[in-house]
Amino acid sequence: MIPAKFEYIKASSVSEALGLLDKHGDEAQLLSGGHSLIPTMKLRLNQPKVVVDIGKIPGLNSISEDGSNVVIGANCTHHQIATSSVVQGGVNVLAQTAKEIGDIQVRNKGTIGGSLAHADPAADYPAVILASGAKIEVEGSGGKRTIDATDFFLGIFETALESNEMITAVHVPKSSGGVYLKFSQPASRFAVVGCAAIKNDSGVSVGLTGVAGCAYRASAVESAYNGDAKAAAAHAVDGVEVMGDNFASSKYRAHLAKVFTERALNALG
Amino acid sequence: MSNYIGQSIKRREDDRFITGKGKYTDDIVLPKMTHLAFVRSPYAHAKINSIDTKAALSHPGVVAVYTGEDCGNFGVPCGWQVNFKNGDTMKEPPHPLLAVGKAKHVGENVVAVIAETLQAARDAAELVEVDYEELPAVTNPNAAVQPGAPQVHDDIPNNVVFDFALGNPKEEVDAAIDGASHVTKLNFKNQRLAPNAIEPRSYIADYDVTVDKYTLYTSTQNPHLIRLLMCAFVLGLPEHKVRVISHDVGGGFGSKIYHYSEEALVTWASKQIGRPIKWTSDRSEAFLTDAHGRDYVTTAEMGFDNNGKIVAFRVHSEANLGAYLSTFSTACPTYLHATLAQGCYTTPLINIDVTATFTNTNPVDAYRGAGRPEMTYMIEHLMDTAALEMQIDPVELRKTNFIPAFDGVSQPGYQTQVALQYDSGNYHATLDRALEMVGYDQFRKDQEESRKNGKLLGIGFSTYIEACGIAPSAVVGSLGARAGLYESAHVRVQPTGSVSVFTGSHSHGQGHETSYAQFVADTLGIPMENVDIIHGDTNEVAFGMGTYGSRSLAVGGSAIMKSLDKILEKGAKIAAHKLEAAVEDLEYAEGKWTVKGTDKSIAFGDVSLTAYVPHDYPEGLEPGLDFSSFYDPTNFTYPFGTHIAIVEIDKDTGKVTLKRFIACDDVGNVINPMIVEGQIHGGVAQGVGQALLEGVDYDENGQMITGSFMDYAMPRADDFPFFETDRKVTPCPHNPLGVKGAGEAGAIGSTPAVANAVMDAISHLGGVKDIQMPITSERVWEAMNS
Ligand SMILES: Cc1cc2nc3c(=O)[nH]c(=O)nc-3n(C[C@H](O)[C@H](O)[C@H](O)COP(=O)(O)OP(=O)(O)OC[C@H]3O[C@@H](n4cnc5c(N)ncnc54)[C@H](O)[C@@H]3O)c2cc1C
Repeated sequence: MIPAKFEYIKASSVSEALGLLDKHGDEAQLLSGGHSLIPTMKLRLNQPKVVVDIGKIPGLNSISEDGSNVVIGANCTHHQIATSSVVQGGVNVLAQTAKEIGDIQVRNKGTIGGSLAHADPAADYPAVILASGAKIEVEGSGGKRTIDATDFFLGIFETALESNEMITAVHVPKSSGGVYLKFSQPASRFAVVGCAAIKNDSGVSVGLTGVAGCAYRASAVESAYNGDAKAAAAHAVDGVEVMGDNFASSKYRAHLAKVFTERALNALG
Repeated sequence: MSNYIGQSIKRREDDRFITGKGKYTDDIVLPKMTHLAFVRSPYAHAKINSIDTKAALSHPGVVAVYTGEDCGNFGVPCGWQVNFKNGDTMKEPPHPLLAVGKAKHVGENVVAVIAETLQAARDAAELVEVDYEELPAVTNPNAAVQPGAPQVHDDIPNNVVFDFALGNPKEEVDAAIDGASHVTKLNFKNQRLAPNAIEPRSYIADYDVTVDKYTLYTSTQNPHLIRLLMCAFVLGLPEHKVRVISHDVGGGFGSKIYHYSEEALVTWASKQIGRPIKWTSDRSEAFLTDAHGRDYVTTAEMGFDNNGKIVAFRVHSEANLGAYLSTFSTACPTYLHATLAQGCYTTPLINIDVTATFTNTNPVDAYRGAGRPEMTYMIEHLMDTAALEMQIDPVELRKTNFIPAFDGVSQPGYQTQVALQYDSGNYHATLDRALEMVGYDQFRKDQEESRKNGKLLGIGFSTYIEACGIAPSAVVGSLGARAGLYESAHVRVQPTGSVSVFTGSHSHGQGHETSYAQFVADTLGIPMENVDIIHGDTNEVAFGMGTYGSRSLAVGGSAIMKSLDKILEKGAKIAAHKLEAAVEDLEYAEGKWTVKGTDKSIAFGDVSLTAYVPHDYPEGLEPGLDFSSFYDPTNFTYPFGTHIAIVEIDKDTGKVTLKRFIACDDVGNVINPMIVEGQIHGGVAQGVGQALLEGVDYDENGQMITGSFMDYAMPRADDFPFFETDRKVTPCPHNPLGVKGAGEAGAIGSTPAVANAVMDAISHLGGVKDIQMPITSERVWEAMNS
């Protein structure tokens, strides 16, 4: 469990980090909590030449309110999010989701920026980020932009982030009474299926993770929902290529997606 | 008098363990120590065309690089010879330290790279170029024996290691099954498990040229056996030139019994380079190369008469031994397995038939229970399955078939149909107590109620027996063991009366430093603080067979008792001399010899001082108070018990939740109840792990797809309810402490209880077929919906 040799640079500002990304191109990778990056490096599945540590950049780990949004810095840890009164008050479902991630060590180190950028198909946050209609604030040497959650996740470990960009914050619209329910993979405790459901003016919004190559907004469920959770949940995997693995075949996973969607909708009340 | 025996004294060793001060092999750093990294086969089966080590050798910091060509003549042996039914010797192909010609499983050692730092060794290992030609692989033991299956070893046809049978003549058993009024039949795989001790294997070899001696620090369960095997069978070294040290070891569960090729390799290489070498497995290597457990493909049938009495039990299994024969691999599916086929029942006819096979997988060997969990699973799972099929209460079915209680003293031991004679047992007692604990009648009412509400509750039973402290040596020798199975103990009384006990058994989590000190202190009537327990160093301990098979207290403890007897016998002679009395007139209690009926006495410490300062001393008696003993038991010991699991199943997802787990075990006399309970808890967790979560899987190419904790589901604390445990005591009649062993009971008894509970919860749904372990949510869901 010894990584290949790499150069470690600690960035003290966003612009310094972005400058290093520009300079080293594909050879550089960002490090925040390290809980996804370092395991792959130890197994030598991933051998960056330069590791740019953004974990201590000032200002990236704050949580604040901005009108109807809760703004969460990219470096906020899962623990911070789970226990923040701002998050609990504004989007409690996100705090509840953060609590479901990994174990204490993982929650103390892992960050929301790292989790979203890593885009593990079984990660927990994406379901809630999608259901809540969050926007991801990113910055590159060319400037800032925001990406809608629905446009962010593209595939297995694949996002709309350019290789010279980094996530700086997540803007999550406030909501109340949202639900995240997860069927844990017994070994890793990542989501075999995770369903986030949030009430909105027009009905519900539903995000599903673990089911496909990347998390998605279950719009077929949303449009079918008229109070009958079971009937709406039947559309949970409409148009989706459902993954299968050693822990859940695609048939079983599709079934679980429906079960958890139904349960989440019912739990919304 | 007994001050300590029976008390839950906190473990002395835990202070250092829980404050991070344990001294494990990897904690040891020697001057000028080098580090070793292996290049391991990425293929399950591949011809090695060539190996290019040039780039690795010229990498900065590299000291040496070895291939199979360099040390291919050395091979690690198997420790137990099992012959074919026709008497032919089992197939035992060479097991080289580094692959020669062909790699036969993923993870096999191919090249060893030694460097100044671990980083350099790892980096250089990546520079080694091996030209492999991939060959078709076979991983399933049943597939391995089919015509045309890939040949793991070119000269071993059909991959058969041996075939084996035990029990009554097959024709008689077949006839009884044919004539039975009900036959329950199961086809299943007892899946492969990864032992996953928390401390990975770690070895440091240190060759000292000035005295031509080797020291091997190793995370092993039996240092003397490693020395014997390595010196006599692998490297051809004289044993007095080799010291093996294994002080603190972080768990073994069987996987650290065996002599591994890496151990011999570092020892050999240390002499080649004249410097110490350390190799510590990482977790990925541990998954790939620590000997695995279980892996049988089985057909088991049990025939009953119309009163529910078992008339016959018949089994055929293919047992997967992996690519090479690990030290005790061959004993597991045979003498540690078939010999338990009687269970707790009066079954009159039994035939167990096993074919052991080679496959392109990591070697399989004993893992907590070793052959006995596999047998117990089939017997106990057949019992509950038969009860469901025959609509008989599983408790009644057991009571109908139990062997009646016998104490082995006034009543004889129970002669089984499969070679063993049970020492003592009272199977009704643990079952009755467990039923009381669970509240069986109430549970059945609750279950009926809950079914009306759509809930799926189930109860499962396991009334297991096991065989520990495998012995005597002459018997196991006649069955093919290439080692004795006795134990040695040396008790040294210091002049001032403190006591050092050197035991050949080995603690790697069991708590010997505490439980041994308890009975030694009680036997001598001295404070526990005056007793030190020493193990794990061949220079300190004269000899030993190590710890596995729940043998430590029953065999190792008995050896200590023999030495204590000698101490007290000699002490009495010295005391008699000092007290001017006859030995027969003395009694020993509370640490002193007293002349019966008087207040004349002499304390243990005064006697020991006299022994070492023999001025006023019995004529003809040697000075000193120091005795060694060897103890070879007359029989195995046979703990037993009842485990009951209650599960609830989520109808929509198939997820099984273990709601309650009740264990009433009888492990004979108990020295430290807390330690015994800890062993039961840990064993139950592992047994439940097998039932619900764990399993090593290889894909069709022989790649392991469960090689990390992200993919191999280990049980965690939150997977369990609080265990409800109790004990009954039926002492072992044939050893001085009356103890039977508690190390494996939990893992042996618990697995079928959980599997049975799952079936009990869902079988009323109709058409539900038996579910393979691990009983994952998906498998339960499939079973309910097919
Ligand atoms: C034992 C264990 C259990 C876990 N269980 C769960 C679980 O149940 N559910 C779950 O969702 N997750 C789980 N995780 C993953 C965990 O949440 C990780 O912390 C998270 O995925 C990554 O965050 P990080 O800060 O550690 O990122 P890092 O590991 O530092 O980085 C991950 C990737 O993101 C990139 N990156 C990091 N920050 C940024 C940024 N600001 N902008 C752009 N790119 C960036 C890095 O370059 C890297 O490619 C688990 C991890 C472990 C080790």
